[in-house]
Amino acid sequence: MKSLAKEISKGRVFVSDGAWGTFLQQKGLKPGECPEEWNCSHPESVFEIAKSYIDAGADMILTNSFGGNEFKLLPYGLHNKVVELNRAAAEISRRAAGSENYVLGSIGPTGKMILLGDVTYEELYEAFKKQALALEQGGVDALLVETMSDLEEAKAAVTACRDNTKCEVICTMTFEKSGENEFNSMMGVTPTDMVNTMITAGADIIGANCGNGMENMIGITREMRKANANIPILIHANAGAPVYRDGETVFLETPDVTASFIKPLIEAGANIIGGCCGTTPEHIARIVKVVNELK
Amino acid sequence: MNSEELLAKLSECVEFGKVNKNAPFPPAMKGMDGADELTAQALEMGVDPVDILNNALIGAMDKVGEKFSQKKIFVPQMLISAKAMNAAMEHLKPYFQSGQVKRKGKFIIGTVAGDLHDIGKNLVAMIVEGAGWEVIDLGVDVNAAKFMQAIDTNPEAVVGLSALLTTTMASMKNIVAEIKGKYPEVKLIVGGAPVTEAFKTEIGADGYSDDPQGAVSYLNALVA
Ligand code: B1M
Repeated sequence: MKSLAKEISKGRVFVSDGAWGTFLQQKGLKPGECPEEWNCSHPESVFEIAKSYIDAGADMILTNSFGGNEFKLLPYGLHNKVVELNRAAAEISRRAAGSENYVLGSIGPTGKMILLGDVTYEELYEAFKKQALALEQGGVDALLVETMSDLEEAKAAVTACRDNTKCEVICTMTFEKSGENEFNSMMGVTPTDMVNTMITAGADIIGANCGNGMENMIGITREMRKANANIPILIHANAGAPVYRDGETVFLETPDVTASFIKPLIEAGANIIGGCCGTTPEHIARIVKVVNELK
Repeated sequence: MNSEELLAKLSECVEFGKVNKNAPFPPAMKGMDGADELTAQALEMGVDPVDILNNALIGAMDKVGEKFSQKKIFVPQMLISAKAMNAAMEHLKPYFQSGQVKRKGKFIIGTVAGDLHDIGKNLVAMIVEGAGWEVIDLGVDVNAAKFMQAIDTNPEAVVGLSALLTTTMASMKNIVAEIKGKYPEVKLIVGGAPVTEAFKTEIGADGYSDDPQGAVSYLNALVA
């Protein structure tokens, strides 16, 4: 079986994919429509997105399943379609990736807070377990628990993936800058807290995603590397912070700017680098170029 | 304890999130009376509910908000403070609702469609209610149809919309346009972290505030 962690231990730097949501909108996804439903209703459009990142030179692609847990699907009346939608997501990305490239099954937060009594840890665990199993069945190589802000929810997801599947497990959280060289998630979790907790919960790879652009990721990566010298680190950065302009959310970090931070990011300790909201195949192609030049 | 000391203590409970005597949080205040007990005591002592709100609760939430924006505290602490404020408001509500404090008008509030953030919206609702308005809270993810339905039954109400995401600012714009299309005379006030005065003007809303106090001033000015 392929193993990202094993390749990384041999010194390889991987490039991952870019944004999906904004891309789906360009292909006609309307506000209020469920992105995951497109895996069954518009599989070719989803395939084209996946394929565009492989064509840009990415070594791996995600799946269109970020909101594919039963809590997020409930308002669309699709909570009984968790298995179907996630399996389809995995199959589409697998088809685009071929057998050499990797497919990471995306698992995002539920939007419910344990702290407020919205849900229990056990309910979260069961929901993530169902999603993880469907993604594994659909053929993903690894599961990517991403964009987490609450440590308990992240732990429920990582543990559910670890206990119930044979996939490599990756976990990223979203951090904001809270001071000079200080970063915190919305819930106040630091990169250091996160690294230690997620390794204990069984993550093979940890990291950060979303946020306010590639530059902040350098500081976050440094802190994570300091907390653990060996754990592989994955970084998926937004193309800058979201900005509202003429009725749309736009991201203004250009591929040139993103590319300029890749060398210091690798020096800080990142092993897998890709994009998040607002990044395009062009951003990914530029990252690929820098990574190849550094080889 | 005199009433001043009592209100100072109550303020501290809200600032640090001490909900009631049994609440384990914060550890440093273990076993002490919380917002729940102290508000009851203040009322028993005869302190005016409006003074409790203005002199203890709102000041405390202002401090919490400030620490939150400076990233000295995070969402969990913010939520626990809001919970303590809520516990105090439960005691005050009967006074505001019974007419002992005169109602100034009706205020419909909701977080716009696609947006699930409600911490700020709830604070605005609580403080506006405390300022003497009857509040009709439509919750989160509220679309134009739901706002219009509430306006149909309460045509004299002022309507507040909250949005926390750049993506749902677009939704706010559409909802404002729909409401104004059907009810041009209804006053609309908008708010939420990414919303600005310029955005308010762009989308044709009537009022904007970056905090609950500003929303109260706007509303009060309408009935003054
Ligand atoms: C009518 O008149 C008025 C007048 C004044 C009004 C008003 C109306 N409404 C508000 N005000 C004003 O008065 C209030 C009191 O002073 C103020 O209200 P605020 O709401 O501004 O302030 C509150 C008192 C405290 N602030 C808050 O409560 C928001 C705090 C942060 C941390 C936040 C939280 C808590 C949450 N979140 Co969200 N969240 C963030 C926020 C980041 C941050 N550090 O601020 C923000 C807003 N979130 C963000 C994101 C991206 C998201 N969130 C999401 C989810 C969540 C949680 C569920 C985890 C949770 C919400 C829980 C809840 N029940 O509300 C997701 C979206 C879900 C959805 N569809 O809505 C998700 C998309 C994350 C994801 N990928 O899943 C970002 C928005 C980026 C952008 N500009 O678009 C964000 C800035 C974090 C970040 N830096 O990335 C004023 O604005």
